[in-house]
Amino acid sequence: MSDKAVTADKTLFTPFNVIAGFIIIIGSVITILRFTGGLAAVTNLSDNNPWGLWIGFDLLVGVALAAGGFVTSSAVYLFGMKKYHSAVRPAILTGFLGYALVVFALHYDVGRPWRLPYPFIIQSGTTSLLFEVGACVALYLTVLFLEFTPAPLEWLGLKKVRALIVKMTLVLTIFGVVLSTLHQSSLGALFLIAPSKLHPLWYSPYLPVYFFVSSIIAGLSMVIFESTLSHHYFAEKMDETHLSENEGVTLGFAKAASFVLAGYFIIKIIGISFSDNWYLLGTSYGIWFLVEILGFVALPSFLYAVGVRDKNLKLIKWTSLLAVLGIILNRLNVSLIAFNWHLPSSERYFPHWMEIAISLFIVTIGIVVFRFIVTRMPIFYEHPDYKDNH
Amino acid sequence: MKSVKRGCYAKVSIRLLVEVLNMSISRRKFLGWIGAAGAGSAIGNTALAGGNKHFTGYPGSYAVLHDTLLCVGCRLCEAACNKVNELPAPDKPFTDLEVINKKRRTTAKTYTVVNKYESAGKKGPLFSKIQCNHCLEPACASACFVKAFKKTETGAVTYDSTVCVGCRYCMVACPFEIPAYEYDEPLTPRIMKCTMCYSRITKGQLPGCVEACPKEALTFGKRDDLLKISRARIRKYPDKYIDHVYGESEMGGTSWLYLSGVPFSEIGMREDLGVTPAPELTSGALAVVPMVVGLWPVLLTGIYAISKRKEKIAEQELNEAVQHATDEVKEKAEAKLAEALTKANKEKETAIEKAVKKALEEAAKSKAKEDS
Repeated sequence: MSDKAVTADKTLFTPFNVIAGFIIIIGSVITILRFTGGLAAVTNLSDNNPWGLWIGFDLLVGVALAAGGFVTSSAVYLFGMKKYHSAVRPAILTGFLGYALVVFALHYDVGRPWRLPYPFIIQSGTTSLLFEVGACVALYLTVLFLEFTPAPLEWLGLKKVRALIVKMTLVLTIFGVVLSTLHQSSLGALFLIAPSKLHPLWYSPYLPVYFFVSSIIAGLSMVIFESTLSHHYFAEKMDETHLSENEGVTLGFAKAASFVLAGYFIIKIIGISFSDNWYLLGTSYGIWFLVEILGFVALPSFLYAVGVRDKNLKLIKWTSLLAVLGIILNRLNVSLIAFNWHLPSSERYFPHWMEIAISLFIVTIGIVVFRFIVTRMPIFYEHPDYKDNH
Repeated sequence: MKSVKRGCYAKVSIRLLVEVLNMSISRRKFLGWIGAAGAGSAIGNTALAGGNKHFTGYPGSYAVLHDTLLCVGCRLCEAACNKVNELPAPDKPFTDLEVINKKRRTTAKTYTVVNKYESAGKKGPLFSKIQCNHCLEPACASACFVKAFKKTETGAVTYDSTVCVGCRYCMVACPFEIPAYEYDEPLTPRIMKCTMCYSRITKGQLPGCVEACPKEALTFGKRDDLLKISRARIRKYPDKYIDHVYGESEMGGTSWLYLSGVPFSEIGMREDLGVTPAPELTSGALAVVPMVVGLWPVLLTGIYAISKRKEKIAEQELNEAVQHATDEVKEKAEAKLAEALTKANKEKETAIEKAVKKALEEAAKSKAKEDS
């Protein structure tokens, strides 16, 4: 992954371009298979396992990891933490791309993708949590798009439109937090209807709360993680403010993440007590559950705290990766690993390689588009014409 | 007038029911007959409900009772289902009874299957048929975000493929693992499941499987009647039947009822589903939505206002401090200046005085010199 390829005089065949191109070609072939042979041709989904990797990873993980947008914008615009301002644009961009890709990925998974607007224009099943998820994701994608537009508008030099959008910042931010609260939690609430299928250690009446709180962890950690990568690959695109504020952002977000992880750990324990599930901790699923909450919740909380105390940026950056993996693990546990735990192993689901390839394909598209945008638009720097104008 | 008619039917029905319980006429025929009499003629439904809000099904809605003790695993119901629903031909013919040795579930090509079970307490195999249980408050209907599923007043849960998006949340939600999906359809996949032969029962016909059953292991009728029949059978043969009607209250109750001679878990049915109807499982989470929509903006604007005010106060304090500091410095400087001035003035004065004195002295001296 090198952005050197952007300059015209260099060859197109950089390692990044070759790998990305390869994945995109494979993905395109599988896309054709999916829309000619149906889900059976490319997935291991079955009547017992109607949701697989494309829901577990592309939807649940995708939405959680795209939470950086609402977390950062609310910190800066609502909680008044102005010193994190330079982190807003990259976070909004990642959020916008994340959600756009989630919606894109859904087109592969659902049977008739062109009917995705049906719940809003034909017939609304308002008793469904999925309706809420759909409505909020659709609206929030619009909000993120609007929040993101100042960057392309500056790039295109459309000052008047930009000024209008910037005036709406506060309203958009509040709207974004409301929508994020709703759909992040609703993704967890989707599983409330299936207590007989989800393992009791993961099934809890608090599922919506868990999903919402852990999305904040995901958002904070993704901002740190992504800024680490961006500094590695796009440092030359960053202005003084961005570079000088970065350490503060990392430390501040790590501190917040440490606290939220601690709170999340506590409510997870409360959940076990509430459902009186202590006796299950000794089972094999119990051990797996302990791996999740000790290794991917308690440990990152502790490591973040140590990192902040010692101002150890390297430790914080690695911890952010650990926390992100923890979120991925949690979402996969709820949707795939602890779901249908009652079925014999022969009837359990394991993704087909083509499902994994499509997920990779979608992530790759995200990275390519991200790179296209940050190398052209004012994301990591302030546009000279609009300095101190936000 | 309608109520008179209904009462009349009820009386006739009760007498007939007594006869049915005496096994004097074919249960199936009888129930088919009263089914054809129309939806208003239920027994006991006139006195339906007490004060609670528990939904026990539409008044007079239909159901099917599956007495697993009577099932012989002949698969005629499977064949009939396939035929009346115009489903694709199976890989192996319905006459092949070997198929039944392997545990199966419903698929996109089969709305119903009969499975075989061995029980330690019983000699000989046991059979049980599975299909959509037509919940009183269906999980699939609650979970569907386009309302493709509908619990009709007949009791049947129907599905409308013309609005279905194909998200398969109904399959996730269904506690009985019934809805199947046409995974090999690239662009027009449907959810496939038993419809209780909705189009047949509205025409007064029996569901295909019920009609085909040679052993009367399946009985179609009003749900309330079937519950009474079930209890009567259990009462009559307490040694043969488990004292439980599966489906009476499972997941809030279903329109498919089961009787068994062994614990239901031994014939592949889950006993841990509870009695909470599926919609209740998510109603709490849904109820929070309007609260978040109503309160979050207030809370967030409040936080914004507080942080803004803090900022303003901080700025004010800063300004004041700066002002104060400058004032102090100014004052000090002025004082110093004044002091310096007075000092300078004093010095000046003394210098002048001195100079005057000196001049006077010199003048006096020169005068003295001149004088002398």
